Amino acid sequence: MGLEILIAAVKALTVILMVLSLAGVLGWVERKGSALIQDRIGANRASIFGFAGAGLVNTMMADPLKFLTKEDVIPTGVDKLLHTLAPCVNLFPVIVAFAAVPFGDTVEIAGRTIQLQAVQLNVGVLFVLAMASLGVYGVVLGGWASNNRFSLLGGIRGSAQMISYELGMGLSVVVVVMTFGTLDLQEIVRAQGHMIGGILPGWGVFYQPVAFVLFFIAGIAETKRVPFDLPEGESELVSGYFTEYSGIKYLMFFMTDFAEIAVISALVSTFFFGGWQVPFLGDDGFHFGSTSMALPKLIVVLLQLASFMVKVLFFCWFQIMVRWTMPRLRYDQLMRFGWKGMLPVSLLNLVVTAVVIVAFQEWRV
Amino acid sequence: MMEQYLSVLVTFCLAAGLVGTMVGAGRLLGPRSDNPVKGESFECGNPSSGSAWGRFSVKFYMTAILFIVFDIEVVFLYPWAVIFRRLGWFGLSEMAVFIFILGLGLLYVWRKGALEWD
Amino acid sequence: MNTGVFVLLATLLVVAALGVVLARSPIRSALSLVVALFFLAVFFLLLDAQLIAALQVIVYAGAIMVLFLFVIMLLNLQEHPAEMARAGLRFLAGTLASLFLLATIYFTNRSGISNAQGMGAIPDGFDSTAQIAERLFTQHLFAFELTSLLLLVAIISAVVLAKKKLA
Repeated sequence: MGLEILIAAVKALTVILMVLSLAGVLGWVERKGSALIQDRIGANRASIFGFAGAGLVNTMMADPLKFLTKEDVIPTGVDKLLHTLAPCVNLFPVIVAFAAVPFGDTVEIAGRTIQLQAVQLNVGVLFVLAMASLGVYGVVLGGWASNNRFSLLGGIRGSAQMISYELGMGLSVVVVVMTFGTLDLQEIVRAQGHMIGGILPGWGVFYQPVAFVLFFIAGIAETKRVPFDLPEGESELVSGYFTEYSGIKYLMFFMTDFAEIAVISALVSTFFFGGWQVPFLGDDGFHFGSTSMALPKLIVVLLQLASFMVKVLFFCWFQIMVRWTMPRLRYDQLMRFGWKGMLPVSLLNLVVTAVVIVAFQEWRV
Repeated sequence: MMEQYLSVLVTFCLAAGLVGTMVGAGRLLGPRSDNPVKGESFECGNPSSGSAWGRFSVKFYMTAILFIVFDIEVVFLYPWAVIFRRLGWFGLSEMAVFIFILGLGLLYVWRKGALEWD
Repeated sequence: MNTGVFVLLATLLVVAALGVVLARSPIRSALSLVVALFFLAVFFLLLDAQLIAALQVIVYAGAIMVLFLFVIMLLNLQEHPAEMARAGLRFLAGTLASLFLLATIYFTNRSGISNAQGMGAIPDGFDSTAQIAERLFTQHLFAFELTSLLLLVAIISAVVLAKKKLA
């Protein structure tokens, strides 16, 4: 029992550190990346001996320390308890949701089989969606507790937007569940290990391209970033629902934003890009048709881990590019797109998928 | 079985501990100085126009209630998605009826202009 | 379920539930309810009802309580709504709630659910999701289809009410 708790704790800590450092890295990548896209130099002061890449380390170490030692201003008119609770309620579900994503296959250490996944549930898909649905509270609480017009508007807009796009997200996930026939995230990844016709990896995106697009759009809307950044649109709402925050609580809202990007990227890779699967890589090494190349188990595990990280980082970068390329939608356009675009299309996608699968029962993954 | 729940509980505790520590550390390490101007709510430098807590548009309420209805529809789809291969055409037709009826609902809302944000 | 874990979770759940009743501001009250529902979901999880646990959070905590919050904010209910001042109403509400609690305890006792005899251990590899789905889409098919009608009625009535307010 004690050992099991220890294993679970180590895995959970690994994943939490993973998502927190990803959030830190993304904070820096966003600054440098936006500079790259807009042909600027970008953050160049946080470098060590003129080496700008060191700014990453600097940013990850210096930023949290700086925020920690800044005053946490609580304005007079606010609901003090909820004002403090909001950033916690915002950050908690994101971290926990990331913990449910498998980052590797099983490893055997000292005769024990350990799943490389912090939260192992048969209903992992639903667990992630449940946590995503709790994400609304951080936004709505932050907005309401601040007793500030900008915050309240941002909070209300944000929550209405999140629940609207949750439908599209949920329906595209249903299609994924139908394709793989399971609610277990690890099983979904395992089911994507084969090759279609020997050349194409059996990733979900090749079975469900429409669901992938829908899920990714809904995911970006859930992270409340451009083009869906109305809850915090700087030019109209200052900072939206976290206008009245400072110090570490502000950092927590910021970390939530970046951690959400990481979660969406991890889910997109898991559902549609084979998670930790590497094309042609089996348990014992690479297999190209008849030729094969044996590899030790450790190398295989590390390759799979690297594959997961590469995919996650790629989709994080993709979201940052989207953020710096798109203009912001108007609120009526946003709601219309959610209810009159995403919802009917995802329903249609679902019906078509269901009919196709039932009509060709042998079409299994 | 037990391993699953253990992983959930441990992760919950660690994540809750983390956010708690962050807020606590910020409170301990941060300086503190209050003055009446700092305590005002931020309105771009204008004098504060009083409490922000007031009524707001009924459209948000509409969105929330429509969300509940369609969310429940989606919720029924998850268990169905797991076993619909086994149920075959029978399962497909019962879900088709379900989705059709709710599709009528969507059509009604659409026609009534309740999805319009004007 | 481990007794220690149970006691801890039960305490948290009861504290959250008391928060619903005792909180002065309606918003805090609603939030306590969210917390209580969340812990209830953890209970379902520990009872091997994984699907129900997830749905509890998705539907109740994630959807219905958002509507509650919207309504509270929409009407801008203050710390002391006028209804709170009316002693008669408070007395009536208290009496009804107590009666409901007593009735629940009475019927639970009578049904014999409380003593766990006859409820065997859950077999290994039991998939609650597939089991529930199997029952829901065969035995309880009619109820399932009726749900869609119920939801349709909810949609229509919401639109009618909201549109009347707008006009």
